[in-house]
Amino acid sequence: MVPQAITFYLLAATTLVAGLAVISARNPVHSVLFLITTFFSAAGLFILLGAEFLAMILVVVYVGAVAVLFLFVVMMLDVDFTALRQGFAQYLPIGLLVAGVLTVEMIVVALSVAVNGAAAKSTGPLGASSVTNAEAIGRVLYTDYIYFFQVAGLVLLVAMIGAIVLTLKHREGVKRQDIAAQVARTPAKGMRIVSIKSGQGIES
Amino acid sequence: MTIGLGHYLTVAAILFTIGVLGIFVNRKNVIVILMSVELILLAVNINLVSFSVFLHDVVGQIYALFVLTVAAAEAAVGLAILVTFFRNRGDIAVDDASVMRG
Repeated sequence: MVPQAITFYLLAATTLVAGLAVISARNPVHSVLFLITTFFSAAGLFILLGAEFLAMILVVVYVGAVAVLFLFVVMMLDVDFTALRQGFAQYLPIGLLVAGVLTVEMIVVALSVAVNGAAAKSTGPLGASSVTNAEAIGRVLYTDYIYFFQVAGLVLLVAMIGAIVLTLKHREGVKRQDIAAQVARTPAKGMRIVSIKSGQGIES
Repeated sequence: MTIGLGHYLTVAAILFTIGVLGIFVNRKNVIVILMSVELILLAVNINLVSFSVFLHDVVGQIYALFVLTVAAAEAAVGLAILVTFFRNRGDIAVDDASVMRG
C-alpha cells in the first residue's frame, strides 16, 4: 500500500503544480507544455485507479491532438502576450478569494461524500479481474450506450466541419476546379469552327 | 496510508479550482482561458473515473469518455474561432470584443 500511496502523492503533486504553472506561466508556449505535463500525470492517476483505457485515451487525445493543436495556434498567432497579461495582479486577490472558498467547499463536500455517500460501503477500488478494463468498457459502450457513442461521433464530425468552415479562407486569384462546369461542357460550347480568310486574323 | 476516494476527489477539487482561478486571472488571454477550461474538464473526468472505480460501475468511465469527446470538439472549434478572430482584428484581446457586430 505504501508504494501506491507514494505514487499517488507524487502524481497528484505533479498534476496540481503543473496545473498552477499552466495559468501562471508568462509564455503561453510554456503553458501548453505544462498542460501536457498535467495530462500525463492525470493519466498516471487513472492508471493508479485501474482505468488504463481512459489513461491511454487521455494521452492520445489530449497530448497527441488537443495540446498539439494549442501549440500550433500559440506559435502561429503573432500576438504580444505581455500585453495580454495586464490585469493579472488586479484580478489575483478576488480570484484567490473565490478559489479559496470554492476549494474548501468542494473538499468538504467531497470528503463527506467519500465518508457518508454510496461509495462509503465500497470495498476499495476494483481489483484485478478476468475482464480487462478496455473489454469492460467495450461491453457496455457498444451495447447499452451505442446511441450515445454514435452521437459522440456526430459531435466530432460537426466540430470538424465547423472548424474547417470557420478557418477556410477564399483567396482572390486562386483558380479552382469546377467539376459541374467541366461535366456540363459540350462540344458545341467548347469549340467552334471558323474559316479564316488569308490576310485576316481571328477576332478575339 | 490507504488512498481512498476522498484523496482523488480532493485532487479533482483543487484542479477544478485552479481552472476557475485561471479564468479569473487571465481575463484577456483567451488561449489560457481555453486551457483553463481543459483543466476544469480534466478535474471532472478525475471525479467521474474515481467514482466509477470505487462504486465498481464502469458507466462512469464511459461518461468520462464522452466528456473527453466533447472537450476535444470544444477545443477544436474554440481555437478555430480564435484564429478567425485574430485574422479579423489582428489581436486576441477578448475584453474589447464587446464591440463585435453582425
